[in-house]
Amino acid sequence: MNEILQGLAQAFWLIISLDTELITISLRSLYVTLTALLVSIIIAFPLAALIVVTRFRFRRLVITILNALMGLPPVVVGLLVYIIFSRSGPLGVLGLLYTTSAMIIAQAIIITPLIASVAHQSMQGLWADYRDLLISINTSKPRRIGTLMWDSRRALITACLAGFGRGIGEVGAIMIVGGNIDNATRVLTTAISLETSRGDFALALALGFVLISLALSVSFATHWFGKTERGGLW
Amino acid sequence: MFPLKISSVEINIKEKRLLGPINLLLQQKGISVVLGANGSGKTTLLESIHGLRNLSKGEINWAIPNNLAAKEQSFVFQTPIMLRRSVLENLMYPLRVRQFSKPYANKEAMLWIKKIGLEKKVNQQAPLLSGGEMQAVAVARALITKPKMLFLDEPTASLDGLAKKTIEDILILAAKNDTKIIMSTHDLGQAKRLADDIIYLHKGLLESHCSKNEFLNSPPSEAAKQFLAGDIII
Repeated sequence: MNEILQGLAQAFWLIISLDTELITISLRSLYVTLTALLVSIIIAFPLAALIVVTRFRFRRLVITILNALMGLPPVVVGLLVYIIFSRSGPLGVLGLLYTTSAMIIAQAIIITPLIASVAHQSMQGLWADYRDLLISINTSKPRRIGTLMWDSRRALITACLAGFGRGIGEVGAIMIVGGNIDNATRVLTTAISLETSRGDFALALALGFVLISLALSVSFATHWFGKTERGGLW
Repeated sequence: MFPLKISSVEINIKEKRLLGPINLLLQQKGISVVLGANGSGKTTLLESIHGLRNLSKGEINWAIPNNLAAKEQSFVFQTPIMLRRSVLENLMYPLRVRQFSKPYANKEAMLWIKKIGLEKKVNQQAPLLSGGEMQAVAVARALITKPKMLFLDEPTASLDGLAKKTIEDILILAAKNDTKIIMSTHDLGQAKRLADDIIYLHKGLLESHCSKNEFLNSPPSEAAKQFLAGDIII
């Protein structure tokens, strides 16, 4: 209990004193996760909408695989990305290992199936309502995809938040591909892991509280700017 | 675009025949009303002509290529399908799909909103309107593109007198402005008020296609006689 209180106090102090290292680590965490999220959104939303509006062979199989990939173990993803980008790996020449770029790639791989699955689920329901109308109006496939994405935007925000939550709290993959290098690839989760292994629980807890605050702030900000639960039902 | 020639059209699901074979010739003018008991194939016929259902057999031929004819049609469903947008945006949607400019779409939508008396609900979310209001929006959205052919599937089935009259007045005006209307209904009174010709279906088969007076004065079949007498048709 004492350690939790100490952690809280230390977190409070780190924040109000604008601790440079904390700010750098926090900004790096945000940078990595938000970039990975952006990459995932660009891939996942259109992919989910395309699966919804298109009938093709093995469609069910694709949906099943997408859902299964939601549970992709981050450590395994980290290992695969490590092998691919290691010096002897197929993309080793790019020299991305132990950089934030490798961390972004790993996180994007982890959260894309999650975002795509949640997005697919919400757009699938909407498509059931809209299908006949959109066909009747003679809309093109890109227009159908655009309409579905726009009209289910609140649900898609939730998908983004789920992806952000998974990304910002992820430690296994980014530890492997980023290496937790001070002033280079250290982020909040890997810093917490390091401080815990060092036995500095108060600092680890302080970083944990900062991480939670960050996740909550992004969530609140998204709801606030996304006007969720305002201006009607959706 | 007319005449519309329907030749030996059949709709089967697995081994069960839902409709047909239907042979029908429709001319450009007036309102054609499709009558028949529940399960007689009214909705299936309308959806098939409009292209929402794949034909099991037969052909539907417009006087112009089918892909061009599709752009000249609109459909109003029995249960109105509202986009999760405002009333104004719902009405603008088909025009925006057809690449009309935003100011033009806005102006046209406002004109239609006045016609259906929803000026005070311009910015309200359309799915939150009453049933009658939603159906009026659906009819206005179908007519805003000035289609040459309008399909309506029991558009006033669950509406009260006033809402019914609003929609019927719009339809009469549309027919005068050279929109061919084909609508299904259970309401014999509505058929008497609106129809120029009547298509009578019984158990998926076309029993008759004749003028309203001919149908009402000398019903062409025993089932039609029973229908007009208000008997329960099994």
